[in-house]
Amino acid sequence: MFAQWRVSFWGITQVFEALSGRLSGVFDGLAKRGALSEADVMEAMREVRLAMLDADVALPVVKDFVNKVKERAVGAEVLESISPGQAVAKIVNDALIDALGGAGAVPITLNAVPPVPILMVGLQGSGKTTTSGKIALRLSTRERKKVLLASLDTQRPAAQLQLAQLATQANVASLPIVAGQTPVEIAQRAMDVARREGYDVVILDTAGRLSIDEALMEEVRQVRAVTQPAETLLVVDAMTGQDAVNTAKAFNDAVGVTGVVMTRMDGDARGGAALSMKAITGAPIKLTGSGEKLDALEEFHPERVAGRILGLGDIAGLVEKAADTLDHEEGERLAKKMMAGKFDLDDYASQIRQISKLGSISGIVGMLPGMGKVKEALGDKDLDTTILKTHLAIISSMTKGERKAPAIIKASRKKRIAAGSGTSVQEVNKLLKQFDMMSSMMKRFNKLGMKGLMRQGMSALMPKGMGGGPPGGGRPFR
Amino acid sequence: MALGFFSRLKKGLSRSTQKLGGGLTSVFTKRKLDDEALEELEDLLITADLGPSVAGRIIESFRRTRFGTEVSDAEIRSALADEIASVLEPVAIPFAPDPAHRPHVVLMVGVNGTGKTTTIGKMARYFTDQGKKVMLVAGDTFRAAAVEQLQVWGERTGCTVIAGPPNADAAGLAFEALKQAKAQDADLLFVDTAGRLHNKSALMEELAKIIRVMRKFDETAPHSVLLVLDATTGQNAMEQVRVFRELVNVTGLVVTKLDGSARGGIVVALADSFGLPVHAVGVGEQAEDLRPFSAQDFAKGLVGLPEGEAEAAS
Ligand SMILES: Nc1nc2c(ncn2[C@@H]2O[C@H](COP(=O)(O)OP(=O)(O)OP(=O)(O)O)[C@@H](O)[C@H]2O)c(=O)[nH]1
Ligand SMILES: Nc1nc2c(ncn2[C@@H]2O[C@H](COP(=O)(O)OP(=O)(O)OP(=O)(O)O)[C@@H](O)[C@H]2O)c(=O)[nH]1
Ligand SMILES: [Mg+2]
Ligand SMILES: [Mg+2]
Repeated sequence: MFAQWRVSFWGITQVFEALSGRLSGVFDGLAKRGALSEADVMEAMREVRLAMLDADVALPVVKDFVNKVKERAVGAEVLESISPGQAVAKIVNDALIDALGGAGAVPITLNAVPPVPILMVGLQGSGKTTTSGKIALRLSTRERKKVLLASLDTQRPAAQLQLAQLATQANVASLPIVAGQTPVEIAQRAMDVARREGYDVVILDTAGRLSIDEALMEEVRQVRAVTQPAETLLVVDAMTGQDAVNTAKAFNDAVGVTGVVMTRMDGDARGGAALSMKAITGAPIKLTGSGEKLDALEEFHPERVAGRILGLGDIAGLVEKAADTLDHEEGERLAKKMMAGKFDLDDYASQIRQISKLGSISGIVGMLPGMGKVKEALGDKDLDTTILKTHLAIISSMTKGERKAPAIIKASRKKRIAAGSGTSVQEVNKLLKQFDMMSSMMKRFNKLGMKGLMRQGMSALMPKGMGGGPPGGGRPFR
Repeated sequence: MALGFFSRLKKGLSRSTQKLGGGLTSVFTKRKLDDEALEELEDLLITADLGPSVAGRIIESFRRTRFGTEVSDAEIRSALADEIASVLEPVAIPFAPDPAHRPHVVLMVGVNGTGKTTTIGKMARYFTDQGKKVMLVAGDTFRAAAVEQLQVWGERTGCTVIAGPPNADAAGLAFEALKQAKAQDADLLFVDTAGRLHNKSALMEELAKIIRVMRKFDETAPHSVLLVLDATTGQNAMEQVRVFRELVNVTGLVVTKLDGSARGGIVVALADSFGLPVHAVGVGEQAEDLRPFSAQDFAKGLVGLPEGEAEAAS
């Protein structure tokens, strides 16, 4: 089984290689034809345009980017180079990193007379309150600043309490809640308290607001006027689509954005909104959120995000991540049991958990270019994880004895297990049958060895009609 | 939600459609539908988040049927709206709880911050106004003040909120709540859950567990699993729906924040790929701000037509 998920890994790697080849294939084509004509560049740029739109970069930003790069590419630079294809690929990638802000992270500005106000703004649910807590934690632990958190959110139910609880978690102070105050009043009170009690930084969390909501935009304008923040951070969800331009423009016009925070970078969105934000506001992306916990705040790395948007880069990183996720010791343990012919249902369950940890494979694939086509190609050949979930449920409804020795599971036990797992006796039967087949498959594998397997391929192991099939090795998705 | 659901509230999406009015008017005052014009139309769809491939397909079918004809602004918008509405029509299905289930259990799921808790508040308001007995479960035991947030919605709508201690096991809590709701003969039980990204399999497994454990009490529960999507979300919504549907059998969608400048065009791509019912849309932060999903209105909003004018032009 260990070997099996090694095999499935190999499958993933293949898919990645195929994918990364898509864009670079276009560039290779250029190289073969020698000199670089405008038509050649146009063709390559069409692919780049699609990759960027799939990654949710806003259309006007895509057009602008593509035009600029076209200008750079069709010209002496490229014609003089030895490998035109590579030159274009490099130009695109460099231009994107450039457009995202170039190399090196931009820190939060704190050079003002304390208490230094930081104003957090953004759409509803983008992550302002959570990010306020994260920044407070970072400034208080890493820079030993005395931080005050103040919630100006009088809109959302329990919003002020949410920030107060986060303050406790981060071990920083929060402004006492006074019911009935307006956001501007709260902001003034926060600054007063901070001055009186000697705080270094005051983080002002505001209610989420729509960029077209005139009244609320005016309110945040007033908050800005009375507090004169050193930083006005626009908090944006990395999953944001084309609307990013409207948000960026409206907030920048209203309050003058000095920095952007992209949240939910731990998701599998390609994050094109980052480029839209930078292009429209001109403000640097200062931080990224990579989780719900308070320590999940990171510096922004333009080169990584460029790779994610174009899908050219970080294939290795993705495979690495997959490898990291799997527990190798557990894998070895399972492999040993398998070789010894002692693989039981507990081991099978453990194996399913390992596979599940990888998450959605097409999710990872989604981070890469041309995802539409590739996903079509993957289709239902992706790992069928629903059946794995059912199997886990069934196994967890068995007694220890049953898991060690499935042979003892007869009619009445089957009924009980089916009821306990919310499945049917047929499903329990199916699992037992599959487990049986797997056991015999393992025996064959032991005889065949890794070399034999490589020579004959997975089909040497796989009896036909195995439904969801064994984990890992099931349904090769090439 | 039986036919005519929310009809009381049907002021429609007027606010979000008005602001979309621009864009095309200047471009299409009786002109030939040529390549350039089609490209502009395609751009319009892309900027509404339909995604390049769905936008491309819709425009292709336009090219086949209408290329070279002289069209006015109103005609072209109306035709485009019809085309989009025909994709959306099959998924515009009202939410109808089954009175045979007492309670009808609704599990709210979705990625972080989309509006799950708020949508529960809105639905609670609607059904209590209908004279139904509604109970809520604070199944988000993780996020700061998530329980208190739902409790405020409980007060606003006069619904009982069942909550556990911080970091309590959400599945156990849901089980308890279901038992209580049954004992009190409630019509509806809404189970709030913590926001979770679909690519985090441990968190997704937690959701599956909530379902499994509730089924120990009532094997038909949950009767609805509603995935809440934020209209500002781009192409990643496809992946969200795909994974949530696969792992927790989503039965329908709710699209929130359509009162903003985002047009939610990804819903068209979703309808096209998955065909899941879209039950309702959120158009604000208050209890009243929920509307039934109307294919026609939504399509008109997408292309910048005011409601109820498409037929006149076509
Ligand atoms: N996975 C993930 N979740 C995040 C991240 N940042 C915030 N969240 C979650 O997103 C949800 C919304 O976060 P909030 O901080 O309440 O968002 P907000 O902008 O303050 O929301 P409003 O005040 O209602 O406008 C919560 O569930 C957070 O835990 C992140 O970087 N990754
Ligand atoms: N403008 C607008 N805001 C909305 C709508 N629905 C929800 N919101 C706001 O979006 C923010 C997040 O809503 P929640 O209900 O807390 O979202 P959630 O999905 O429960 O969030 P988590 O539990 O943190 O994952 C809040 O500020 C809500 O007031 C809507 O339809 N329109
Ligand atoms: Mg907040
Ligand atoms: Mg919630």
